[in-house]
Amino acid sequence: MPTKTDILDLYFMDSRAKLLDIASYLDRLDRHEGETDFRQEGFLNALQTMLETKENRTAAVLNTLSDSSTDPIEAVTIQAAYGAPQLEN
Amino acid sequence: MHYIEPHAHMVSRTTADYQQLAMAGCAALCEPAFWAGYDRASAQGFYDYYRQLTEYEPARAAKFGIPHYCWLCINPKESEDAGFAREVLQIIPDFIDKPNVLGIGEIGLNKNTKSELAIFEEHVDMAKKYDLPILIHTPHLEDKLKGTRLIIDALKNANVDPGSVVIDHVEEHTTGMVLDAGFWAGMTLYPESKCTAARAIDMLETFGMENIWMNSACDWGISDPLAVVKCALEMRKRQHCIKTVQKVIFENPARFLSQCKNFKLPETP
Repeated sequence: MPTKTDILDLYFMDSRAKLLDIASYLDRLDRHEGETDFRQEGFLNALQTMLETKENRTAAVLNTLSDSSTDPIEAVTIQAAYGAPQLEN
Repeated sequence: MHYIEPHAHMVSRTTADYQQLAMAGCAALCEPAFWAGYDRASAQGFYDYYRQLTEYEPARAAKFGIPHYCWLCINPKESEDAGFAREVLQIIPDFIDKPNVLGIGEIGLNKNTKSELAIFEEHVDMAKKYDLPILIHTPHLEDKLKGTRLIIDALKNANVDPGSVVIDHVEEHTTGMVLDAGFWAGMTLYPESKCTAARAIDMLETFGMENIWMNSACDWGISDPLAVVKCALEMRKRQHCIKTVQKVIFENPARFLSQCKNFKLPETP
């Protein structure tokens, strides 16, 4: 089994780059005009979840970004998925 | 190293991809029926598609020494119109006895609607009637968790042997419920959605190496036909031994697929 140092050697730089991409994305959104939508609200909720969760963080983030309803819907309103739940769901 | 690609949409790929797969050690390839990127205008369009899956693609793969298998269905995205979907369902028995057909798939849900669920259940009935294994597509992104739960409930209600069903596109929040219910799980390696190689290996380390496979699900979107072998390389970087890698990328899919009467264990070095 790899040690923590091995995992750092394999993934630290990649994760650092992705973290900077997220920071840049947040700044980029702030710089531009207009309003965000449910996707950004979901994104920020997921970030908060990741920081507050102490284990199984990926599952916790995915759960935060999931539709939490349980019954099938009557009919398709749109075919695509957005990656974050809409509040009216 | 040799491996089985259990989920690839080669109708959307070039012949050069077959060449790359062969050079990478792909010993067999399985192609589920899926959404072509647009809705077909008629049920007859599916007749042509099933001919492509059972005649043309096996011949194209054979040129590179790769046995090609397929799964048949109408995908959930085109199942919203239940009348249309039932017309297509009537065509499927004409192809079930073709020599490269493995079973029914990839059936499942897309937006978790009542109509999608009804057609999913009718596919399951067909699989039971013809005694065929099932390959299941779980919904994308925010719809996956709910859809996976609905699918598992429907399969339990239908009294399907969970060992003959693989539920694909699992992620960290759905893998446990799939494996705990006795189903096989498939992880899809996509550059943007679903999961990366690093996450797939995390899931293997967390949920174990049994009853699970990984696939590229390469299609017309952003995807990589060599994703499985790239993940195998990542497993070696994570210090998994060759035997473990071989189990995940060859022995596990071979074990599930051996339930399919047309599947033959591929020749390997």
